[in-house]
Amino acid sequence: MDLFFFSLFAFIALICAVNVVLQKHPISSALSLVGVMASLAVLYLLLGAEFVAMAQVIVYAGAVMVLFVFVIMLLNAGLEENRGRSWMAKLFGFPAFIALLGLLCYFVQRWFPNSGFVQFGDFAGGGAQQIGYALFTEYLLPFEVTSVLILIAIIGAIVLARKELD
Amino acid sequence: MDPSAAMEMLKHGVPTSWYLTLSAILFSIGVAGFIIRRNIITVFMCIELMLNAVNLSFIAFAHQHKQVSGHLFTFFVMVVAAAEAAVGLAIILTVFKNRSTLNIDEINTLKN
Repeated sequence: MDLFFFSLFAFIALICAVNVVLQKHPISSALSLVGVMASLAVLYLLLGAEFVAMAQVIVYAGAVMVLFVFVIMLLNAGLEENRGRSWMAKLFGFPAFIALLGLLCYFVQRWFPNSGFVQFGDFAGGGAQQIGYALFTEYLLPFEVTSVLILIAIIGAIVLARKELD
Repeated sequence: MDPSAAMEMLKHGVPTSWYLTLSAILFSIGVAGFIIRRNIITVFMCIELMLNAVNLSFIAFAHQHKQVSGHLFTFFVMVVAAAEAAVGLAIILTVFKNRSTLNIDEINTLKN
């Protein structure tokens, strides 16, 4: 059952990820990215991370992607015009991609050849209670620093997006 | 792989390395999109794709070590990504207001 769900949602995630890159219109890319995030949320559930899966759906697939779609609509972004690329990009682009992919997969297989199995229900430490406990004891300082980061981001976004005052 | 090993695997679930490999593939696709796309919004979406791929490996390692720390790292990455999306999209709005283009080939004032 685990294998079935992993294969199904890994397949959906891969198809949607390729779609993000290959679609010409930003709206299509954004919707494909929502597909990637939703299927990753299911994989998080399989890995026993309920809270992160919910946060993924709410924060990423909800808030962040709404922001993206909003900006795409606001700027009326259309099809991107495709200019010619340099001969070097044409010649080495795809081999470089395959090389990066092969290198990453090689290191994964090399360092973690038999790193255990993932079975649904194996790990039950990903609930809101455990996350909250760790967040407010061990990771209290990063949590507080995060609030400063968000404050800076809010101020930065407002300063960048406001109308110029005369 | 012989059938008995496959049956054994089915009984125990999915190997953690498969999750890591999926994460690596998603990351590579994100890098490729980041490089080949010319629309600044799509480039931004490819960055989000890379962040998601890294999150998946964090969660996989958290499951492997049976620790909750990986979930918290994912949590912080999400917060940073949300802040980055807010500021980045504000920058895109400002660039579009000044240059009336979303093509990153035409935004080259800092070049040369």
